[in-house]
Amino acid sequence: MKMQRTIIALALAGCVGMASGPAVAQEHDAPAPPRQKWSFSGPFGKYDQGQLQRGFKVYKEVCSACHSIQMLAFRNLADPGGPGFSEAQAAAVASEYKIPDLDDKGVPAERSGRVADNFPSPFPNELAAKAANGGVAPPDMSTLAKARTFERGFPLFVFDAVTQYQEQGPDYITALLKGYEEAPKGFQLPAGGHYNKYFPGHNIAMPPPLQDGQVTFDDGAPQTIDQYSKDISAFLM
Amino acid sequence: MSGNSTYKPQSKVLQWLERRLPIGGLIHSSFVVYPVPRNLNYLWTFGGILAFMLGVQMITGIVLAMHYTPHVDFAFRSVETIMRDVNYGWLLRYLHANGASMFFLAVYIHMFRGIYYGSYKEPREVLWILGVIIYLLMMATGFMGYVLVWGQMSFWAATVITNLFSAIPGVGETIVTWLWGGYAVGNPTLNRFYSLHYLLPFVIVGVVVLHIWALHVAGQNNPTGIEPKSEKDTVAFTPYATIKDSFFLAAFLIFYAWFVFYIPNFLGHADNYIPANPAVTPTHIVPEWYYLPFYAILRAIPDKLMGVIALGASIVILAFLPWLDTSRVRSARYRPLFKQFFWAFVVVCIGLGWLGSKPPEGIYVILARIFTIYYFAFFLVILPLLGIFEKTKPVPNSISDSVLGAKA
Repeated sequence: MKMQRTIIALALAGCVGMASGPAVAQEHDAPAPPRQKWSFSGPFGKYDQGQLQRGFKVYKEVCSACHSIQMLAFRNLADPGGPGFSEAQAAAVASEYKIPDLDDKGVPAERSGRVADNFPSPFPNELAAKAANGGVAPPDMSTLAKARTFERGFPLFVFDAVTQYQEQGPDYITALLKGYEEAPKGFQLPAGGHYNKYFPGHNIAMPPPLQDGQVTFDDGAPQTIDQYSKDISAFLM
Repeated sequence: MSGNSTYKPQSKVLQWLERRLPIGGLIHSSFVVYPVPRNLNYLWTFGGILAFMLGVQMITGIVLAMHYTPHVDFAFRSVETIMRDVNYGWLLRYLHANGASMFFLAVYIHMFRGIYYGSYKEPREVLWILGVIIYLLMMATGFMGYVLVWGQMSFWAATVITNLFSAIPGVGETIVTWLWGGYAVGNPTLNRFYSLHYLLPFVIVGVVVLHIWALHVAGQNNPTGIEPKSEKDTVAFTPYATIKDSFFLAAFLIFYAWFVFYIPNFLGHADNYIPANPAVTPTHIVPEWYYLPFYAILRAIPDKLMGVIALGASIVILAFLPWLDTSRVRSARYRPLFKQFFWAFVVVCIGLGWLGSKPPEGIYVILARIFTIYYFAFFLVILPLLGIFEKTKPVPNSISDSVLGAKA
C-alpha cells in the first residue's frame, strides 16, 4: 500500500513536470513552425523533381550570393533520386562557376567548373564571409535541413517515431523564410538585426532574402515567397 | 563446458582436427546440446541480440573507418562524403549510428531483466560484474564514436565530459590535459578517440567471451530463479533456444530497420549536423539518449566534484548489486514488495532520462534530485532491507513444477 502511494506520488510529480514543460519552453522560444505538406514525407514519399529543380534555381539565384553548399558537387545535380538534371545540364551549371586552381606553371588561377567539382563558396574564407555579413558568417547549406529543428516535446516526439514525422528541418526553414515581421512594440532589435517570428531570440542577421516575383519559374508554379520558401526547403532536404 | 558433449564427427578430416583441437566439441556442447531452462521467456533473447548487434557495429564500423578521416578539418566532411559518395555509405552510417542506440536499448532491457529475476545472485556474481564492465566499455566506446562525427554536439560533448575529470582535486587539470593531448579539445583528442573507438570494441569482445564462459559455467537463470534440478527442467539449446533467439532477433531487427530506413535521424541531434565550432556554444548541450539518466544525476548535484562522484557511483554501484541485495529469493515473481520497488526504479530511470534532456532549471532540478535520491536509495537502502523484512511468496519446487502447474 505504502509503495503504491509512493508510485502514485512519483507519477503525479512526473505529470507536474510535464505540464510545466511547454510553458517553460514558451518563455524563451519561438512558436512552432506550421507543418507543411511534403511530397517526400512518410514511408512512400518521393521527391518532386520539379520542386527540387525550382528549389535549386532559388538557391542559385538568391541564396548562393552568401551561402555555400560546399559538400555538394555539380554531378549531384544529375544523381538518381535528385533534381533530375541531365549530365549536360549539370555540366552547363558547372561551367558558369569559377573554381580557384593552379595553372600549368603552378600559378594560382581560376578555371571554369566541371561536374566533378564541388560548389565553390561565395567567399574565399570564413573571415571574409564574416566581414561581408556584419560579423556573422552565413552557414553552409549542405546539411542545413538536417541541422535545423525545433523542440517537439513530450509526448509529441514519441508519436513522431510512429508517424515518421522527420521534416522539422524543412518546416522550420520554410517558416523562417516567411517569418519576417515588424518587431512588436517594446522589442529591442539590435542594429543590423531583423525581426523574425520563428528565429530563436527573434533577432536574425539575415535580411529578408526573398521577394515575390524575384525568381522566374517556367513550369507555371506561383512566383511567391511562399512557393520559393517551400521549394528551397525541399531542395535542402 | 564440454561436459555435455556427445560430439562424434562423421568425416575423417573433422575427426583428425577434433583430436588435435576439440573446437567442434566446444561448439557442440556450448550451442547445441547445452541445456537451457525450459521456461525462458523472450527477455532471455537479448543476450543473443546483443552479440549480434556487437557484430553489426564492428562490421559497419570497420568499413566506415576505411572512409573516415580523423582530422579536425576533414572529419565532418568525410562523414558527409560517406553519406553522399561512398556506395551505400548512408546505409553503413545510419546502421552504425542507430545500431549504437539499439545496442544500448538491448543492453538496458538485458540489465533490467537481470535485476528483475535476480540473475546477479550467487553463483552468478562474476557473470554480472563482467556485464557491468562490458557496459562501462560500451559507454566509453559510444561516447568516443559520437565525438568522431565532429559536429557541434560531438565537440561540446567531448569538452563537457572530459572536463568532468578536472573536478578531481590536485591532479584533475593534469588528467584533462593528458586526455586532450593539449590545452583544449582538438586534433590530438580526435585522433586518440578514433584510435580508442577502434580498439575498445575488441576489448568488449574479449570480455563478452568471459561473460559467456561464466554463463556456461553457472548456467542460465530463469523466470523462477530456481536452479534446474533434473533433465525435466531443461531443453537442448538447439533447436529450442536457437529458434526462439532467431525469431526474436528478427523482430528486433524490424524495429531497428524502422529507424534506419524511415527515421534515421530521430535518435540523433540536429546540432550535430553543424560542423564543430569551438567559438560557438550550443544553447543546450545534451548527450545521446542512452546517457541522459546519468547526465541528469550529474546535474542534480550542485557541487561539481560531488556530481562527478555521483555520476561515477551510479554506474559502479551496479557491480556491488550481488551483495547489496540480501534476499535469498532470486526472482521478483516471488518478491511482491521488490517487484513494486523495481518498477518504481524503472520509472525513475526513464524519468531521469527525460530530465537529462531538459535544461537544469526550476522544477526539473527538483525532480532530478528526488529521482537521484531514489536511484541510490534503491541500491543502498531498499535492497539491503528488503532481504530482511520482505515476506516472500512460496517458491515452486522445480522449474517443471512451475511450468506444468504442479502444487508446490
